[in-house]
Amino acid sequence: MIEPRETPDETVETAVDAVGVPDSAAAADDAAVAVTDPVAVEASLAGSVSVLEREGDRLVVNIGPSHPSTHGVCRVLVELDGEIITNAEPIIGHLHRGIEKIAENRTYLQVVPLTDRLDYVGSMYANWAYCRAVERLAGIRVPERAEYIRVIVCELQRIASHMMSIGSTGADTGATTAFMYSFWQREQVVDLFEQLCGARLTYNYVRPGGVAFDIPEGWVDRCRAFIAKHPDAMLEIDRLLFGNVICRARTKGIGVLDPDDAVAWGVTGPTARGSGVDWDLRRDDPYSVYPRFDFDVPLGERGDCYDRGRVRLFECIESCRIIGQALDQLAELEPGVIKADGLPRLLAPRPGDAYDHIESARGSLGVYLVSDGSVRPYRMKVRSPAFSNLAILPMLAKGHTLSDLVVILGSLDPVFGEVDR
Amino acid sequence: MNIEELREHLCSEYPDLCPLFSIEFGDGVLSVPAPRVLEAAAGLKDLGFDMLGMVTAVDFDEEFEVVYRVRSREMHVGLVVKVRVPREDARVASVTGLWPAANWHEREVYDLFGIVFEGHPDLRRILLTDDWVGHPLRKDYDDPSVIRRPDYL
Repeated sequence: MIEPRETPDETVETAVDAVGVPDSAAAADDAAVAVTDPVAVEASLAGSVSVLEREGDRLVVNIGPSHPSTHGVCRVLVELDGEIITNAEPIIGHLHRGIEKIAENRTYLQVVPLTDRLDYVGSMYANWAYCRAVERLAGIRVPERAEYIRVIVCELQRIASHMMSIGSTGADTGATTAFMYSFWQREQVVDLFEQLCGARLTYNYVRPGGVAFDIPEGWVDRCRAFIAKHPDAMLEIDRLLFGNVICRARTKGIGVLDPDDAVAWGVTGPTARGSGVDWDLRRDDPYSVYPRFDFDVPLGERGDCYDRGRVRLFECIESCRIIGQALDQLAELEPGVIKADGLPRLLAPRPGDAYDHIESARGSLGVYLVSDGSVRPYRMKVRSPAFSNLAILPMLAKGHTLSDLVVILGSLDPVFGEVDR
Repeated sequence: MNIEELREHLCSEYPDLCPLFSIEFGDGVLSVPAPRVLEAAAGLKDLGFDMLGMVTAVDFDEEFEVVYRVRSREMHVGLVVKVRVPREDARVASVTGLWPAANWHEREVYDLFGIVFEGHPDLRRILLTDDWVGHPLRKDYDDPSVIRRPDYL
């Protein structure tokens, strides 16, 4: 809530509230005390959390768009009955840059850097999804070596992206140490990417027809050293964060997503798999060289924030398995063949449309391209998983407290570059 | 299941929809006239297409083409539904009743193209501000901040 609690007794009550779905009558009384101080309400208007309406125990509170716990520029309009959320409406579009419109004005190769800016925590995915759509449209055959490199970088990207999510789950529930631990893991992946393509955030690495550069000398050994240590680090974070009593109390039973709702609302990725929806494009609609690898798809049971977080954690371990197998198979391929032969500088695919999708760290990420035969896309549409996943926030937040909203939003792992495009 | 099997399955279960089915560049496409959208969507839902991936639109001067991508988890197959609506009277029935996922996607199409989805529970702008004038993804959208790149670049 907005103000700090005044008496120790109330603090204890709040902690109890966080454990399960709270008793609404008790919590409503509790919150009524908190908002009666007009000075505090006045002061809160200056910050990013402000009270817009107040009528008895019913409150409309605005959170964001610039608030550290909203994981980007998301504004949530929360209706409260006392401390209990009766409605939470995400208001998006603060990061809308019109990337789909800009793409209509650029050549096919010039669009690749734009796709970096979609999901800025996992740029490789948007690069790859876009390139697959272009390749399908223009009928380009990608060399095997490039496909392996794409799989390796994208699985590394999955680790980097999930580390951000797990780390912020820690930060949302008050555990700074787990944040530091997981960011160290992310840092090592980002270092690997820097050695590979010189960039640490917007890689622009996967290009139509292949990848931009071949793997530098010594990179494979450094990558192997990382994936040898990473699963142990994951198990340590599992004990440190998800074994912690406060984190368990803050995430277990919070924001339960029913598997049928997940399917109906088009929720994909770890968010759906946390509810036990057994759906992963890498296995169920195999693309690239994924059928050649042996890996499992971790599933949750209850569909709460805890399960969603742990599904991400175990996916990282599976990613290490995939990378290990990919590196083994890559060693048998001739180095240097990383781009399709005879690619023209300016691609002008046949008129028509093409759609292709991949499993990104957030779910199924698709790119739909329409060509009119010119050198620029006639229309580009990005089907972003974060956009679809965020739509269920009102459903999940209902009945929980305001402090749980932050955890629920974090567990959906939205990246607003991708939501708003 | 591959596309040919899907065609047979669709034709045996829903003979009405069969003539609308075609295969374009390896994708199964169902081209539906605008008044029959709900009927086709209900048929597809019944057939096992349980996930709606996206709803989007393309501006073809005289007409808009509304594109739906549905997917069946059980049959492991995807399908595209294409609906042409005239530019002057751009309206089509909403499929939110069948797939709630369409809610935000249809709002986005309404926001950026100005296509009205009839029966949508909450049709307002989603990405742009409420007082925005025009629909930016239309090809004739004009704004001083949009600069066309000359052809030689």
